[in-house]
Amino acid sequence: MSTTESNNAGRQATAALATENASDAAEAAHAAATPTGAPAIELKGISKAFGTVQANKDISIRVMPGTIHGIIGENGAGKSTLMSILYGFYKADAGEIWIKGKHTHIPDSQAAISAGIGMVFQHFKLVQNFTVLENIILGAEDGALLRPSLSKARKELKRLAEEYELNVDPDEKIEELSVGHQQRVEILKALYRQADILILDEPTGVLTPAEADHLFRILDFLRKEGKTIILITHKLREIMEITDTVSVMRRGEMTATVKTAETSPEQLAELMVGRKVLLNVDKTPAQPGKTVLEVENLRVKDEDGIERLKGINLEIRAGEILGIAGVAGNGQSELLEILGGFAKGTGHIRINGEEIDLTGKHSDGQSRRRRGISHVPEDRHSLGLILDFAAWENMVFGYHSDPAYQKNRFVMDNAGIVAHTAEAMERFDVRPPIPTLPAKSFSGGNQQKIVLAREIERNPALLLVGQPTRGVDIGAIEFIHKRIIELRDQGAAILLVSVELDEIRALSDRVAVMFDGQVMGIGPVETATQTGMGCLMAGMGGEDVRGMDGWTIAAPEESQ
Amino acid sequence: MDFGTIIEILDSAVRLGTPLLLACLAGLFSERAGIFDIGLEGKMLMAAFFSGAVAAVTGNAWLGLLAGVGGSMSLAFVHGLASITFRGNQLISGVAVNFLASGFTVLIAQSWFHQGGRTPQLSGNGRFDPITLPGAEAVQDVPFLGPIYSNLISGHSILVYVAFAMVPITWWVLFRTRFGLRLRAVGENPESVDTAGISVIRMRYTAVAITGVLAGLGGVYLATGLAAGFVKEMTAGRGYIALAALIFAKWRPVPALGATMLFGLLEAISNRYPNIDLGVVTLPIQFMQAVPYILTVIILAGFIGKAIPPRAGGQPYVKER
Repeated sequence: MSTTESNNAGRQATAALATENASDAAEAAHAAATPTGAPAIELKGISKAFGTVQANKDISIRVMPGTIHGIIGENGAGKSTLMSILYGFYKADAGEIWIKGKHTHIPDSQAAISAGIGMVFQHFKLVQNFTVLENIILGAEDGALLRPSLSKARKELKRLAEEYELNVDPDEKIEELSVGHQQRVEILKALYRQADILILDEPTGVLTPAEADHLFRILDFLRKEGKTIILITHKLREIMEITDTVSVMRRGEMTATVKTAETSPEQLAELMVGRKVLLNVDKTPAQPGKTVLEVENLRVKDEDGIERLKGINLEIRAGEILGIAGVAGNGQSELLEILGGFAKGTGHIRINGEEIDLTGKHSDGQSRRRRGISHVPEDRHSLGLILDFAAWENMVFGYHSDPAYQKNRFVMDNAGIVAHTAEAMERFDVRPPIPTLPAKSFSGGNQQKIVLAREIERNPALLLVGQPTRGVDIGAIEFIHKRIIELRDQGAAILLVSVELDEIRALSDRVAVMFDGQVMGIGPVETATQTGMGCLMAGMGGEDVRGMDGWTIAAPEESQ
Repeated sequence: MDFGTIIEILDSAVRLGTPLLLACLAGLFSERAGIFDIGLEGKMLMAAFFSGAVAAVTGNAWLGLLAGVGGSMSLAFVHGLASITFRGNQLISGVAVNFLASGFTVLIAQSWFHQGGRTPQLSGNGRFDPITLPGAEAVQDVPFLGPIYSNLISGHSILVYVAFAMVPITWWVLFRTRFGLRLRAVGENPESVDTAGISVIRMRYTAVAITGVLAGLGGVYLATGLAAGFVKEMTAGRGYIALAALIFAKWRPVPALGATMLFGLLEAISNRYPNIDLGVVTLPIQFMQAVPYILTVIILAGFIGKAIPPRAGGQPYVKER
């Protein structure tokens, strides 16, 4: 595909630009911030592996005092691991940490605290049935008795509250506080320990928009006081709004460090998502038939009560592939979950005109399958397969009550299933084609083919596919893509979610871009431009999307 | 039932409740730190045996006490090793401790003293004698308060007073000291302790060691205060009753006193009145003896209010990935 190639060329150029900027940014910040020139934090060549997974690979950053440095990357890019190393929670396999120009050893959290580092974890480390005051002094008590520490902390808390707008009732129990207030306690904990380097891991993930605004105001105060802040997030908007410099992480590597003022959300989105091998997919233009899936005003809240889908509207017709593009964590997973029957929500979903239940006992995966919805989940290890079970067992999960698999009323026809699996493995080129092998013994690509075989061979009316080629080798990618196109040509409607923009472009007939639980734009793949998609993925419309013919762009409302 | 009888029953309740109280406070320290301890029974038994044996051999109750506490602490260390260092299942480790103590004590007692798995009768300095508090004789005849002071409050072994003193001490340590704050935190959310730069492992070992000491004292009291020597399985489920009392008390020291004394009272009543005539039916001795255990089952089954255990209880601490 010629468009893919030209896009790749373009992206290589931006990547090169980004690397160039990295050294510039560091030098500029260097010159501006401190005459002595010592960065507040400098990491040199940090590497860390968990088993065979390389979570961090040779990572180096320097952060100047009095600045806010953003680290952006998708879930699983290795951001949290890197910060846990800095806080002494994990030990790096290799690399050095320099704090304020001094080579510092951080074997445990105690060492990090005395080096002046404070951390606000994504999941708060608070004792639920302790008061705010008790949580704050825990580990930073002044003596063996509590009373003096508590009264000192009370005074100090009052001072901090006035200085930074960090108001919390010191005698309230943590379990009585809102999430936003709990986060303030975490920040206060760090400040009480005299931290002048503050790390915040995905701080806004649990906050309401108003709370997030307040947090940013606090961070701004702290920066003015000369504190150094590292902000880890996967939200582009936050990076653009508050940071001075930003590093992008992808698959354990730091792909670029740039000055925020000199970059754009589109460029960052591209750097985050990255580019892949050339995708070559032969496909004829779609022959869309009648509408199969209609989604109307679909809303989903997560367990913390935060709205993850904010009124989704879309439709897919028979014989077409709708690709959902976007930076991970903007509601794509929730969309798959509710369509696949393991999340609850409100709104309407219709399959071939028939309403399907969004709550209650007819909203589970079983009922969805009966309606002709097949699902290849994003995470095949936890949702697609039972790794310890044999391939033939995995081949019927979800469809195991199908009469075709029963020998009689009481016993399943195992021999029949094994035989059926052997044939399916042949058709889907699963290697090795041994039905009795446990699923975990297959490579990622072959595991995915088992899931795909199971779901595609049911001839679904609608196929949901999440990250079909994540962790899959190149040969298998091509095969999987071909099968998905084949299913389309047989007249199925296909919803494809992928964080790989190239995959979306190669497979889809139409594309919807999601941001913050909303569809920012939807239109034909042919007219989608790279920059336009980048803008939409960053939650913005504007100039760049005007040229995209046939696209419906959501009104640029202030969603936060 | 006259006043004198009531005093006698209460006096007996105090003596029978003391080992429960010590075991209950022992369990409180461990469980507040997030280590469930079903092995209180075994620790008490071990302590009872060692104190009985050493007191019998040396004729000195204090040496017996040291030996008993040592025996209990060695089992506490085993439990700590299994559940803290090796992150094993705390219930299984506790059950193993109980079995170990049950077999070990009888085996060693038999090979040591050849008396069918018991230790020789203790007498004289081998036992902790009752302590007569000052003025107990003098106020004996004062109506009402006199008998309460001289018969109920005075005249117990030193370990009874230690046990009662441990209630406010435990409360103070738990809620007024840095150590107590960290101990409670480690049982609620060990990550908060770890990120604050405190060693979770060390906190939990300390808690388990305190448990060893207190459960040990409970066992020592059984063999050298309540009885005169060690008898096979002499704890008779007191470790489990103490656990029930701990749940009943919702892991708080002052209610723990009330709960254990309630169990002591039930046992005292059943000792005093084997058959209770209710007019219509007569409750047989077996029923009265079973009452404390029945109550234990009822409490453990959760019929008494909502008892929320420390949140991190029973879970080995592993730093998350």
